[in-house]
Amino acid sequence: MKSFTQLKGLTVPLMRANVDTDAIIPKQFLKSIKRSGFGVNLFDEWRYKDAGFPGQDPNSREPNPDFVLNEPRYKGAQVLIAGENFGCGSSREHAVWALDDYGFRSVIAPGFADIFNNNSFKSGLLPIVLDKAIVEKLAEECASTEGYQLDIDLEAQTVTTPNGDVYPFEVDEFRKHCLLNGFDDIELTLQQRFRIEEYEAKRRESAPWLFG
Amino acid sequence: MAGKTLYDKVWDAHVVNQQEDGTVLLYIDRHLVHEVTSPQAFEGLKLAGRKPWRLSSMLAVADHNVPTTDRANGISDPVSRLQVETLDANCEAFGVVEFKMNDLRQGIVHVIGPEQGATLPGMTVVCGDSHTSTHGAFGALAFGIGTSEVEHVMATQTLLQKKSRNMLISVDGEVGPGVTAKDIVLAIIGKIGTAGGNGCTLEFGGEAIRALSMEGRMSVCNMAIEAGARAGMIAVDDTTIDYLKGRPFAPSGETWDMAVAAWRELKSDDDAEFDEVVRLDASLIEPQVSWGTSPEMVTSVNGVVPDPAADEYAAKREGFTRALEYMDLQASTPVTDIQLDRVFIGSCTNSRIEDLRAAAAVIKDRKVADTIKQAMVVPGSGLVKKQAEAEGLDKLFVNAGFEWREPGCSMCLAMNADRLEPGERCASTSNRNFEGRQGQGGRTHLVSPAMAAAAAIAGHFVDVRHF
Repeated sequence: MKSFTQLKGLTVPLMRANVDTDAIIPKQFLKSIKRSGFGVNLFDEWRYKDAGFPGQDPNSREPNPDFVLNEPRYKGAQVLIAGENFGCGSSREHAVWALDDYGFRSVIAPGFADIFNNNSFKSGLLPIVLDKAIVEKLAEECASTEGYQLDIDLEAQTVTTPNGDVYPFEVDEFRKHCLLNGFDDIELTLQQRFRIEEYEAKRRESAPWLFG
Repeated sequence: MAGKTLYDKVWDAHVVNQQEDGTVLLYIDRHLVHEVTSPQAFEGLKLAGRKPWRLSSMLAVADHNVPTTDRANGISDPVSRLQVETLDANCEAFGVVEFKMNDLRQGIVHVIGPEQGATLPGMTVVCGDSHTSTHGAFGALAFGIGTSEVEHVMATQTLLQKKSRNMLISVDGEVGPGVTAKDIVLAIIGKIGTAGGNGCTLEFGGEAIRALSMEGRMSVCNMAIEAGARAGMIAVDDTTIDYLKGRPFAPSGETWDMAVAAWRELKSDDDAEFDEVVRLDASLIEPQVSWGTSPEMVTSVNGVVPDPAADEYAAKREGFTRALEYMDLQASTPVTDIQLDRVFIGSCTNSRIEDLRAAAAVIKDRKVADTIKQAMVVPGSGLVKKQAEAEGLDKLFVNAGFEWREPGCSMCLAMNADRLEPGERCASTSNRNFEGRQGQGGRTHLVSPAMAAAAAIAGHFVDVRHF
């Protein structure tokens, strides 16, 4: 897995509540059997005026100039500031892959849907939860300051604004450890192979119907 | 010490190891697989030279991309076809049991699991699909996972998890006639909100839940995720056990007796403590209709579209305004004045035999309104379809002007050819009314099967209790 340690990145605000995974990456793009190439269709229905479908030439699309990601000042953004319950809806990890493929490394919001939150850590995208009032303040600062960059330090668990305000955030200790080191979860788990085998052997005795 | 909740019991029984920080290695009993979220996981296994840990835990089916007409001609969309063929090839290569597209047992993954008895009480059940919560109806701990976790389960039979909080949703008393499981769950989501269950496992309890059939319970648990909870559970009782007896993947003989004895314990202890408790009075629940672009934006069929300018909606004004604009609805419009273009009866929420019977019972000998462009019924599985045909429901639907389709996810998420055109408005028995969910620019209203059937005949929403 891709590691995340520290990042100073151009930031873009998208302050809608309940941004769902259908909005992040519409279903027609989930037909891909690959893990990459989703960035061009991130927020497809909001980002383009024409209908999107797999295999389109991106240069033939008509961008929606009113959508925030299409504003030239946000080109190359790596940090997304979002509204409450970001990533609700389906379990599609494609939503995380689309954000990652577009260039985002972190999303800051007052809260995330559970599955999206899980998926983010698995793909090296850091979800940061901050108080709603702080998130709104950051979004306002970002909107009113061209070239606004947030400095995110995972080790220190802080977000620092261009004017030096520092906001600490919580992160699960184990997930932090995995993300800092870019550990492969499967490899880590297989180090406990004997434990899984032991559990399974006991369980086969006590609940054989589970192994039919 | 306080007793255990149902969730505590199933969780505790699956802990392989617990780290100091509380992260648990959780054993997974059943892994359901479909074509959309598995190809990258299978590829990951291949690249790492790994094999599935326990093949007998896996059951695969293609459902999201499959056409609901003309199956004999295969899948015409080459991108959808490749995804389904990739699942077939992966299942063959790794030895995973799969119900292929033309197998009578094929259907929506959350319909076929229970139908086959592949979902059993006390199991941990996962699938790369958020509506895996459906299987919690059996007293299983069932939740959706992303593709990285799909690969993790394939490779290790476990997941790294932190325990959620316990939330009890008690629906007390009895619902009135014509009020269904779908109305109950929509009312719950309307009450607690789409993020209300974030970080929680829900247990649905109370007389109104216990009175539901297994199919009704599945509709309720199916939408736990729409309340933000990855998992929803219901205690095991005779209804659960009667449903499972004799199903192909369920145990039999002595093992059945042994299993039933264990399953009887799968309920929260009387002195169990929940982190949160929410109560609803079942007698106050009316048939529900969603009006907006989130499942929490729901009201009674006798209600009106809310006015975002009202003081009570101050905190949600922006979202409500945006939703009404997308839905092309005016504030204060009576729900029964909303005219429809299409009707969809199907999805993992409402495509089981009882759902089809309920819809058929409303139709009687009436016809779909002329103003409805299309009304379709998509059974949840080949076996549901067969049963419905044995009961003559297909003829009843077709005579009324409905299309009778092959099983799959269909217009719930429009990954196949079934979708809304921009601006079209649909009464749908599915689970999500997000922007573009049923097709770009499409407008979805979530309802029960009976309400959808009544709307098809009237051309607009009507209170099915007086129809």
